[in-house]
Amino acid sequence: MQISAAKLTHLKELEAESIYIIREVAAEFENPVMLYSIGKDSSVMLRLALKAFSPGKPPFPLLHVDTTWKFREMIEFRERTAREVGMELIVHINQEGVEQGVSPFTHGSRVHTDVMKTQALKQAMERYRFDAAFGGARRDEEKSRAKERVYSFRDRHHRWDPKGQRPELWSLYNGRVHKGESMRIFPLSNWTELDIWQYIYLEGIPIVPLYFAAERPVVERDGTLIMVDDERMPLDDGESPRLEQVRFRTLGCYPLTGAVRSNAVTLPQIIQEMLLTRTSERQGRVIDHDAAGSMEEKKKEGYF
Amino acid sequence: MSHASTLIESDIESYLKQHEHKDLLRFITCGSVDDGKSTFIGRLLHDSALVYEDQLAAVRRDSTRYGTTGDEIDLALLVDGLQSEREQGITIDVAYRYFSTERRKFIIADTPGHEQYTRNMATGASTAQLAVILVDARNGVQVQTRRHSYICSLLGIRHMLLAVNKMDLVDWDEATYEAIRTEYTTFANRLGIPHVRCVPLSALQGDNVVRPSERMPWYDGPTLMELLETVEVKAERNLRDLRLPVQTVLRPRHDFRGFAGTLAAGVARPGDPVVVLPRGQRSHIARIVTYEGDLQQAFPPQAVTLTLSDEIDISRGDLLCDPQHPATVADAVDARLVWMAERPLQPGRRYDVKLATTTLPAVVERVYHRIDVNSLEHHPTETLALNEIGLCRVQFTAPVAFDPYEEIPGTGAFIVIDRMSHHTVGAGMITRAATERAGADTEVPRRQPLLSKAQRAAQKGQRPCVVWLTGLSGSGKSTLANALEQALFRQGYHSYLIDAGNVRHGLSHDLDFSRDARAENVRRIAETATMFVDAGLIVVCAALSPYRDDRAMVRERLEPGEFIEVHVDAPLALCQQRDSDGIYARAAAGEISGLPGIDIEYEAPEHPEVHIDTAHQGVEESVEAILRVLRAKGGLEQFD
Repeated sequence: MQISAAKLTHLKELEAESIYIIREVAAEFENPVMLYSIGKDSSVMLRLALKAFSPGKPPFPLLHVDTTWKFREMIEFRERTAREVGMELIVHINQEGVEQGVSPFTHGSRVHTDVMKTQALKQAMERYRFDAAFGGARRDEEKSRAKERVYSFRDRHHRWDPKGQRPELWSLYNGRVHKGESMRIFPLSNWTELDIWQYIYLEGIPIVPLYFAAERPVVERDGTLIMVDDERMPLDDGESPRLEQVRFRTLGCYPLTGAVRSNAVTLPQIIQEMLLTRTSERQGRVIDHDAAGSMEEKKKEGYF
Repeated sequence: MSHASTLIESDIESYLKQHEHKDLLRFITCGSVDDGKSTFIGRLLHDSALVYEDQLAAVRRDSTRYGTTGDEIDLALLVDGLQSEREQGITIDVAYRYFSTERRKFIIADTPGHEQYTRNMATGASTAQLAVILVDARNGVQVQTRRHSYICSLLGIRHMLLAVNKMDLVDWDEATYEAIRTEYTTFANRLGIPHVRCVPLSALQGDNVVRPSERMPWYDGPTLMELLETVEVKAERNLRDLRLPVQTVLRPRHDFRGFAGTLAAGVARPGDPVVVLPRGQRSHIARIVTYEGDLQQAFPPQAVTLTLSDEIDISRGDLLCDPQHPATVADAVDARLVWMAERPLQPGRRYDVKLATTTLPAVVERVYHRIDVNSLEHHPTETLALNEIGLCRVQFTAPVAFDPYEEIPGTGAFIVIDRMSHHTVGAGMITRAATERAGADTEVPRRQPLLSKAQRAAQKGQRPCVVWLTGLSGSGKSTLANALEQALFRQGYHSYLIDAGNVRHGLSHDLDFSRDARAENVRRIAETATMFVDAGLIVVCAALSPYRDDRAMVRERLEPGEFIEVHVDAPLALCQQRDSDGIYARAAAGEISGLPGIDIEYEAPEHPEVHIDTAHQGVEESVEAILRVLRAKGGLEQFD
C-alpha cells in the first residue's frame, strides 16, 4: 500500500474536519439551522454543507438575518444562491426595529447592530425553535474568538459565558441542551482568512461581486470609505459621492462597512493584496473599534 | 518568512500553488507565565510576520496599560485574549492560534500551565500531534515540567520539543543547557515518549525561535521553527485497521443508502470486506461517495460516505471495521479518566458517555487509583475530584465497539456527560476491555459468604425484591408502604419497611436536601435495601426520590426483576391539601426551599412497574395492585 500517498493538504484536512462537524450537528440536534450571512465565509460553509450530505441535500434550512441595510448586490446574490442550491431560505427581519425606524444613521452602529442583528437573531431562534445554529466565524478573526468552542453553548437568553464553557476534547462534541437553550456551531473555527480565500479559489466557489474591485460611488467619513448603495444614505451639505476603484474585505451593512481602494479584480489578486496588506480584516468593521474586549461584550449579549 | 515572501509580489499564482500543498501540524504549548510561554508564541507570530499593523498598534497601546516589559513591546499581549485574563496577566483557558510558513500551516493550542488547569491542558493536548514544553533555563526541569509532559504523553502525544527558554538570563551557558537537556531526556524516556528534541532559546530576544542565534555558537542544531516545520508526525497513523464510525445514514433516494463518517484508521477501498460492530453483520464496500465523485481509496481523516454491497441495518453509532483486525466489543472497559467538573466523580451514578459516534449511559464502577500528576505515584481512592486523573472501571449499559486509545485514538477516547447539567465532566482513554468484574483486585478484598442469597430466600419461601414507592410529599407513600407490609406479613412473607423520612434521623442524619445529598441519601437506602434483599427479604421503600437518575441507579444495583418501581401519584393540589407533614405550609411560609413539585422538579417515572393514582384508588385497592404485580413477577409464587 502506498502510505506516502495517504496525506492530505491542510485545506483538505480542514475541509474534512468541517464536514465532520456539520454532519455531527445534523445527526444530534432536533432542529438546526445554518446562518447564512452572504459573505465569503458563509459561501465556504454552505459549500461544505453541500459536500457533507452529497448526493443528498443538507437536512436544515438557511437563515439570513436581514438588517435591511445590506448591500443590494448581497440580496441579489442571496436569492440566486438559494435557488441554485435548492435549500429552504428563511429571511428574518426585526419588524419592531423597522417600525421604530432603527438605522445606523439615526441610532448609531451599536444600537443598530444590537436591534437589527443580535435581537433579530434571538427572535428568529425563538420563533423557529432552532436548537443549533451554524455560523461562519473563525478563531483567527479576533482575540476573544480564539477561545471560542466549536460548539458554543448559549443559555435561555442566548448569552455566552466565556468562563463557563464546556471543555471540548478530540472531536467529541457535547451537543446536550435543555429546552430553550441552544448551541452556536462554528465549523470554520480552524480556518484562517487565507485558507478561506484559497479554498474559494481552488473550489471555484461563487462570491458576491463586491469583493472584487470596481468603480463604486463612495464618500469618505472619518477616514473610512463608505459606499452610497442607495438613496437612504444621508449626505452632508456639499458632500457628493465620487466614483472610486474600491472593493470590500468583509461585507455587512453598507453604512458600517469600509471599502478599501484596490485594483484587485481576480481571486489571486485579492489574495495577493491580503497577504501584502498590513491591517487585519476586522479593521473594516466599524463595530470593533470600541473599547478593548468589545467583541467579547457583544458575544456575551448573544451576538454571533 | 512566508508572508514577506517575494513570491507573493512577483508570482502570486505560484505562491498559491506552493501554499496549496502545505500540510497541517497541530501542537500544544505548555509552560507557565514565568516560563515565558505567551512571549514565546508572540515571538513565533511576530517573527513569522503574521502580526498585522493594527494588531501591533493595539498591543503597543495595551503594553503601556497592562504590560510587564517596561518600555518594550509586550508580545505576550498578542495572545492573551479575554479581557479578564489581560487584567490578571494569566491565561485561563485554551486559546487557539494560527500561522503558516512556507512549508506548513500550524494550529497552536495555547494552554495555561498551573496544576489547577490540568483539564485545559488535557483539552489542548487531545488534538495536538506535538508538544512544545517550555522551561526557564534558570530553574531547569521543574515539577510542572514533568506534569506537562505526563499529561501530553497520557493524551498520546509522541513528539516533544523542549524549549529551554531565557538563555539570555544564564549568559547563554552551554553547561546549564546540557544539564537540563540530559535530565529531561531521561525523564521523557521513562514516560515512553519516543521523539524528544531540545533547543536553547530566548523568546524575549528572538534567539533560536525563528532566527538562529549568534550568541550560542556551541549549539549547531535547528531552530525551534525549523523543527516545527520538519518533524514528521503522520507516519504513526494506523493505516492498517479500517475504522469508520457511522455518523449519519444518508438516504436521499430510495435506491441510495450511504453511511457517512470520518475514517479513524485504516484505508477503505471498494471491494474491501467490512464487519459492522457491535452486532457483527458482514458485507463489502461498494462505493466511496463524495461530492467530487467516487474515490478509489480513502484514509484518515477523510470524511466520506460508503455504500455497501448488501442491504444491512446500520445506524449512527455503528463501527465499520476490517474483519481481519476488528475492534473489541465489550460492555465494560478500564480507562484513564481525567475529571473536569467541580463536583467529584460519583462511582455508581449514571452518566452518559460519548465514544466516537455512540452515546450511551454508563457507570464508573470504581476507581482503581488516582495518579499524582506531579510525582506520577498511584494513590488508592474512591473518587476523582476536579483536575484529578485516575484509572477506572467503566460499565456501559450495552456492548460497544472500541480500541485501546494508544492504538486508535478515534475509537478509544470518550467524554463523560452529566445527565442533569449536560456538562462535559470527564475525558476517558480506554486501556483495555474489562475481563473480570470490578472489585477483583481492590485493596480491600471481597469475601464471598458461604450462604447465598438464593439459599436464604429459599428458606423463607419467597423471592426477595425491592418495592420502591416514589411520589410527591403527601401522595400517600408511607400509608401505602405500611399497608403493603402488613398485607405481606399477614400472608406469611418476610419483609422490611424502609421509610426515607426515618433514615434521615439515623443513617443519613448528616445530609441536607441539596441535589448531591438527595443522591447520597438514595444511595444509602439502596445499599441497605440491597443487603436486605441479599438476606432474602422483600423490602418496601418509601422515598420521595425526585430524580430519575437516582432511581435508575438503585435499579442498576439490583438484579433484573428485583426492582419494582411504584409511582404513587396524586395531583400536587391534593398533596398540598393533605399536607400530612405540614411541609407545604412551611414552604409557602418561606421556611424551606428545594421542595419537589414546588421549586424543584419531580421527575415522574417514565415506565414504572406499578402506577397508583391515590386520588381515585383506595389503600386496599392499591395494595392489591402491587401484590398483583409481585405475583406476576413470580415474587410470591411459592405461597399462591
